Amino acid sequence: MNKIQQLFERKNQKVLSVYFTAGYPQPDDTGSILKALVDNGVDMIEIGMPYSDPVADGPVIEHASAIAIANGMTIKKLLSQLQELKIDSEVPLLLMGYLNPVIQYGFEKFCKDASEAGISGIILPDLPVREFRTDYMDIVKKYALSFVFLITPETSEARIREIDNLSEGFIYAVSSSSITGRSTDQAKKEAYFRRISEMQLKNPVVVGFGVRDKATFDQACRYLNGAISGTAYITQLNEGGKTIEEHTKAFVEMLR
Amino acid sequence: MTTHPDRYGFYGKFGGAYIPEMLYANVEFLQQHYQQIIDSESFRKEFEYLLKDYAGRETPLYFAARLSEKYGASIYLKREDLCHTGAHKVNNTIGQILLASRLGKKRIIAETGAGQHGVATATVCALKGLECIVYMGETDMKRQALNVARMEMLGAKVMPATSGSKTLKDATNEAIRDWINHPEDTYYLIGSVVGPHPYPDMVAQFQSVISREIRQQLKEKTGSELPDYVIACVGGGSNAAGAFYHFLEDEDVKLVAVEAAGNGIESGESAATTQLGRIGILHGSKSLVMQTADGQVVEPYSISAGLDYPGIGPLHAHLFDTGRGIFLNATDKEALDAAFELARLEGIIPALESAHAVAALKKIKLKKEDKVVVNLSGRGDKDMATYLKYLPKQNG
Repeated sequence: MNKIQQLFERKNQKVLSVYFTAGYPQPDDTGSILKALVDNGVDMIEIGMPYSDPVADGPVIEHASAIAIANGMTIKKLLSQLQELKIDSEVPLLLMGYLNPVIQYGFEKFCKDASEAGISGIILPDLPVREFRTDYMDIVKKYALSFVFLITPETSEARIREIDNLSEGFIYAVSSSSITGRSTDQAKKEAYFRRISEMQLKNPVVVGFGVRDKATFDQACRYLNGAISGTAYITQLNEGGKTIEEHTKAFVEMLR
Repeated sequence: MTTHPDRYGFYGKFGGAYIPEMLYANVEFLQQHYQQIIDSESFRKEFEYLLKDYAGRETPLYFAARLSEKYGASIYLKREDLCHTGAHKVNNTIGQILLASRLGKKRIIAETGAGQHGVATATVCALKGLECIVYMGETDMKRQALNVARMEMLGAKVMPATSGSKTLKDATNEAIRDWINHPEDTYYLIGSVVGPHPYPDMVAQFQSVISREIRQQLKEKTGSELPDYVIACVGGGSNAAGAFYHFLEDEDVKLVAVEAAGNGIESGESAATTQLGRIGILHGSKSLVMQTADGQVVEPYSISAGLDYPGIGPLHAHLFDTGRGIFLNATDKEALDAAFELARLEGIIPALESAHAVAALKKIKLKKEDKVVVNLSGRGDKDMATYLKYLPKQNG
């Protein structure tokens, strides 16, 4: 069992996951951000690998990615930072990004190096289910990583069941049909969360996109197992005047 | 060499649909229905009718006597520049708008580089009374101001893309984001043979009218349907896909794709994807992509906004990979020289994009008996500001 599976064994509600973009605001902030998130009781952490063309992301994460790339952040650099940090925590770490930089690094090498650097899961929204099954699934399993799929309000029940069967960790429910960092119709969102919850999936479901404050966090947790916040955290980090630790403390207190 | 991709949208190892789940339902629906709709009799009738009476097809296959004399071969120009809106782009926008209206979509979005696809999209949206939003890089909006004005006059809203180099790649990112945010009412009308399956195949089919006509016209003029060469410029590659399509299985016909070398392949300012790219994923398909060692997509450069793209359609990547296509490139300067030469030898001012195809005539060892078709994909009105800067050098 990897750390993601262990986490959901211990705790299956109000799981708080926070996303940040590696290399932002500063190239060497990875360690202090991870430490601050762990110290403040975050349950799971998603580390964004910056990409030049992040089509599923809104302007905040796109901007953070562009700065991170300009700061020299790469997958190689990120993995060596993580190797050096030797984070000794039960908090699972995931890498999230886009497929192209990963296949340039080499998919198997990526899984191997990520696993050795203490990573438990991978999220690559533009890797399709079919290609995952035919070309990548065995590699991901070999390194005991959880591959996390996204579902949206438009995903059919049959497809959600298929994804549930392929998943070993959790399912990432995109809260609305949108890119990251946008708000949408609340009633529609709740109906969607309820529908997913009533499907009794074998994997826990964590809500992402549009989780920015206590109200949106609680709304997600009312029906599903937890929520992921990214854009709001990056916005907070960008506000200046405080240290990463102070920003993180304030952010986690605001959500909980 | 087959014209169609496999059922998952692959041409050899290139193609597919590498899209986030947010687009899956829309793209899957298109995959399942596009061919059936395109093949239906009502669609075909309306498509043929609009190509003829609205777009002005068929376009002439013109025997360019003075150009032929100069290059010592029989050179024919396929006059896509005479299409309504000034380029081949309208063939595809007519096809896709008919598809979009059959799918009941009310809101049309598009990306544009030079603005030709944007204008062609705005045109068919006006024709069908549909809302039209065109994403265009801020840099391109400046260098193609006339086309921005045309789109606006046609009732479209032009949205600037302000990230990255503010060109076609960034406009495409913004269009994809818009589509993610509006999955129900919106149809994304892609302008080239790029994007997730089924777009590359669909756009190639709509543009294939170009090579269908070339075959018939060449037969009437020369007694044979088959030329020795077909030459077309390639950015994403829609006009080349259309010009090559019905010749793909005729192995004796040499298919020459001309990429934009910008200031030269080695200059760091180029858009010649097959020369500078590696296999990767961009805008939903696996193809050749210009990128850094770390897999970040790089900003390409060409004087021609329509060729200024760091990728290439998967069909073309496959033609390159298998050797079925001959991939050449022309620099900014070679394209400008070719544009002036064509203007003065034949009285035709080509688009800068098409001038790259004309420039390739200098790079091929032609024989007297060779029959060469150059696809003149667009006209040069939109590029007059660029040509004007170059005019004193030509006259001096």
